[in-house]
Amino acid sequence: MEAVKKQYRIATRNCGFIDPESIEAYIQVRGYEALAEAVTNKKPADVWFLAVNSGLRGRGGGGFPTGLKWEITARNQADQKYVVCNADEGDPGAFMDRAVLEGDPHSIVEAMALCGYAIGATFGTVYIRAEYPLAIKRLQMAINDAREAGVLGKQIFGSSFDFDIELKYGAGAFVCGEETALIHSMEGERGEPTTKPPFPAESGYWGKPTAINNVETFANIAPILLNGAQWFAGIGTEKSKGTKVFALAGKVKNVGLIEVPMGITLQEIIFEIGGGILGGKKFKAVQTGGPSGGALTEKDLDTPIDYDNLIAKGSMMGSGGMIVMDEDDCMVSVAKFFLDFTMDETCGKCTPCRIGSKRLYEMLDKITQGKGSAEDLSRLKLLSAAIKDTALCGLGQTMPNPILSTMSVFADEYAAHINQKKCPAGVCTALLEYVVVAGKCVGCTACARACPVSCISGKVKEVHHIEQNSCIKCGACIERCKFGAIIKQ
Amino acid sequence: MSIAQITIDGKTITMPAGSTILEAAKKLHVDIPTLCYLNLEHLKVNNQLATCRVCVVEVEGRRNLAPACATPIVDKMVVKTNTIRVMNARKTVMELFLSDHPKDCLVCQKSGECELQELSTKFGLRGSPYDGGAMSTYRKDFSESIIRDMDKCVMCRRCETMCNDVQTCNVLSGVNRGFNAVVAPAFEMNLSDSSCTYCGQCVAVCPVGALAEKDHTWSVIEALADPDKVVVVQTAPAVRAALGEDLGLEAGTLVTGKMVSALRSLGFDYVFDTDFAADLTIMEEGSEFLDRLTRFLAGDQSVKLPIMTSCCPAWVKFFEHQFPDLLDVPSTAKSPQQMFGALAKTYFADKLGIPREKMVVVSIMPCLAKKYEAARPEFSVDGNRDVDVVLSTRELARLVKSSNIDFVSLPDGDFDRPLGESTGAAVIFGATGGVLEAAVRTAFELATQKTLPKLDFTQLRGMEGIRVAKIPVGDLVLNVGIAHELGNARKLLDLVREGKEQFHAIEIMSCPGGCIGGGGQPYHHGDEAILEKRTKAIYREDVNKPLRKSHENPYILDLYENYLGKPLGEKAHHLLHTHYFKRKTP
Repeated sequence: MEAVKKQYRIATRNCGFIDPESIEAYIQVRGYEALAEAVTNKKPADVWFLAVNSGLRGRGGGGFPTGLKWEITARNQADQKYVVCNADEGDPGAFMDRAVLEGDPHSIVEAMALCGYAIGATFGTVYIRAEYPLAIKRLQMAINDAREAGVLGKQIFGSSFDFDIELKYGAGAFVCGEETALIHSMEGERGEPTTKPPFPAESGYWGKPTAINNVETFANIAPILLNGAQWFAGIGTEKSKGTKVFALAGKVKNVGLIEVPMGITLQEIIFEIGGGILGGKKFKAVQTGGPSGGALTEKDLDTPIDYDNLIAKGSMMGSGGMIVMDEDDCMVSVAKFFLDFTMDETCGKCTPCRIGSKRLYEMLDKITQGKGSAEDLSRLKLLSAAIKDTALCGLGQTMPNPILSTMSVFADEYAAHINQKKCPAGVCTALLEYVVVAGKCVGCTACARACPVSCISGKVKEVHHIEQNSCIKCGACIERCKFGAIIKQ
Repeated sequence: MSIAQITIDGKTITMPAGSTILEAAKKLHVDIPTLCYLNLEHLKVNNQLATCRVCVVEVEGRRNLAPACATPIVDKMVVKTNTIRVMNARKTVMELFLSDHPKDCLVCQKSGECELQELSTKFGLRGSPYDGGAMSTYRKDFSESIIRDMDKCVMCRRCETMCNDVQTCNVLSGVNRGFNAVVAPAFEMNLSDSSCTYCGQCVAVCPVGALAEKDHTWSVIEALADPDKVVVVQTAPAVRAALGEDLGLEAGTLVTGKMVSALRSLGFDYVFDTDFAADLTIMEEGSEFLDRLTRFLAGDQSVKLPIMTSCCPAWVKFFEHQFPDLLDVPSTAKSPQQMFGALAKTYFADKLGIPREKMVVVSIMPCLAKKYEAARPEFSVDGNRDVDVVLSTRELARLVKSSNIDFVSLPDGDFDRPLGESTGAAVIFGATGGVLEAAVRTAFELATQKTLPKLDFTQLRGMEGIRVAKIPVGDLVLNVGIAHELGNARKLLDLVREGKEQFHAIEIMSCPGGCIGGGGQPYHHGDEAILEKRTKAIYREDVNKPLRKSHENPYILDLYENYLGKPLGEKAHHLLHTHYFKRKTP
């Protein structure tokens, strides 16, 4: 029950409760009521004003105030403006956008139309990753049904407001979640970011003012219009209003999507909603913000989670990935894992990101191989700082975060890899030794027979010995030993 | 216009709002280093992608560093360009570059001209702490004109800007991701399989050795050393206005005489001038124009106007790919280079009494597409090319240097006769608008039988991308169009194709400023003033010539009288005209 009690569902309010393929089902839960009310009784400025007052901030990663974005786009004069929904969800482990698109597609259609009304756009595009076939199917179905029902198209609800939506498929590049890269990709160009300013609100899709918001952000819009800005602003912390969906993953008992009010603590998320660490192991850290974020530890468990606190802790909200790690996780390897991801996903446009990511990864790899030096540590810090300072877009600027954060919180772990050539968590294979515990070995020879490189010697009923130089650290001996007589250290 | 005040390193200036930090810094004499940035303002060539991050500066109140080249100034902006934070960032970026760049400066074609090398020297780098890491590697791509060695690519994207924005050939673009990102044709095909025109503007702006010309100097050295060969050289008009830059002279110095002497010292048997063939081109193309015009005015529906120039090989390949429906519009006249080659191996070889196989024709061109043009199969006879080797201006400079010739102290020499005599009309072929001006000088006098009161048609000159002018010729007013850069050519062609604009004649040159800005010229490194100085030199040469109209060239008249017959005659048609092919654009 703890898993349910602490949750507060706004963005995911309908997910699992209504038939996502039925517009009637959506209408029954007050669907399209906000749109009808807005286009018939509200001025466009009233809509963005509500968004401003709600304090809603972008849920895609940056946390830019949504209302302000709409206001700027609304105030920019142009013959054509666009609404874009960023559904290019790509953070490893995060899938809240997918849940909303698959579970409540009409809420996105309605919110985009509301945004179009607020900023003066008649056309919206959803940039959705092609790897989400069900989300695409349901969203397309929702758009078609909405058109048929007259809530999309010409003269919506008898007003003079026209709005329609089309889908564009992303081909799976992480960097296309960055708004300028996304826009270039939509225009058929190579998906790489351009320097800002100009921001999309001034010059976006086809050079026109464009309001671009993430799926989860849009999912909050209709409830804000229905219940009022004050209601929304009453939830959360001073500068982070409302709720946030997190994808809880890793070494916790209950994994999956959760939606919680801003300001909740990690303690509550991990130990109450998440049910604590698997297998009674010790909590070590939690990575928020995916590959752009950082690691938080035991001392951060009571910190209220919001945009600003996370940044102050060297991490970030990101799109809401939350990966819990226990004592068996090596933080150097974790940093290396994320760097491997960003190194793969950088577009290669700017130098620090293109070459810098490779060099960061190489140094981390060296350290996990036991070949790192103290100089590598200072070099890591220096290069990380320079990349944060010089990279062109958010991907590059946040790429060093996992390194900087783990280096600051788990400095001793880095030191152990470098000085003692040991991996305290026992993860880095190159630094491990498989050894036989003399007191436990009964000399059954099972390990020796399992060893693929025949580096275990010993006579029957005598203590066996593993020849370290030949050992390939495959772990076959540990698996075979019935007596727990082989350990890695 | 709104203005903004900006302070850089303690110095304050007021600039038009929207200017960049870099522009303000230039005004304040703060020397912010750049690598990817390229801005030829008058030619509207602009690469402001901020990819290299070498120009980053600290802006008060901003979280991260800002690229000076692409950050617009706002009022009261305070910028610092030399704090430890900036210096560390810049040094790191440079070290990252060096760690992923081959260190073969000793043998790199760009050595001495490489902007990365220059920056490395400027910052006193002696290696990179990141050396030893993986290097991004890519296969090399050799074409007749251009070599792509993408291991050296720094992803500045200048070549893409030239290829896509300026030339609208859309051959080059970024491919692959991250560390393996590189600039390449679509599907990573070879340039020779693409619709590349070999204009060489990508090479002209590449800051490093990733793009370079295919070097043919050794073929020339071998030919000169072969006692059985008669080696004939021709030099294009734009070469004399730029060659000096690579041999220790100021930009804009005319080196016609020294160039002739240098070629003679190199051992060429005959030093001729492409300008002679340019005069001949005017005779052929001008006659073709008058013929088409006369028939057009008489109501002949089969005649196509406008006539378009065909002396630029990149332009020829461009329309073969991009405008295959207009193949009957350009003049059928060969380019001066190919006219020269055809004449040298027939008319002149006959005079010498040698078979064409014994003759080697070398041309010195400001151009890389000329290498490709000379290799086109229709320009050879039984496998023997009309023009055997094409050297760019840069390659000639290298050849001169490696032959121990002190170029600056050379006396002025004179071209050999008969293929070395030319008029001022031929020289101006080297600048945008020049071919048309030369044609008008001749067409006017041939059509009206009157002498032109003034030879300088200044309305045809200038750096504007597209220029349109009305020229009275007798009772008729000729409507002429001029474009340089292929993107401008495309705009002009689209107007013609859609029937929106009626022209009698159009001149197209592929490169910025015409041949003086060719892909084979000494590198301008983003300094537009160099191109203007070359243009001025070209027009100076024109004024200094005793004869300034092609149809007054006595050797041309003699050639017609004693060999070719009349312009557009059977022999002229056979030797001096060509045809075009529809080419696929993959």
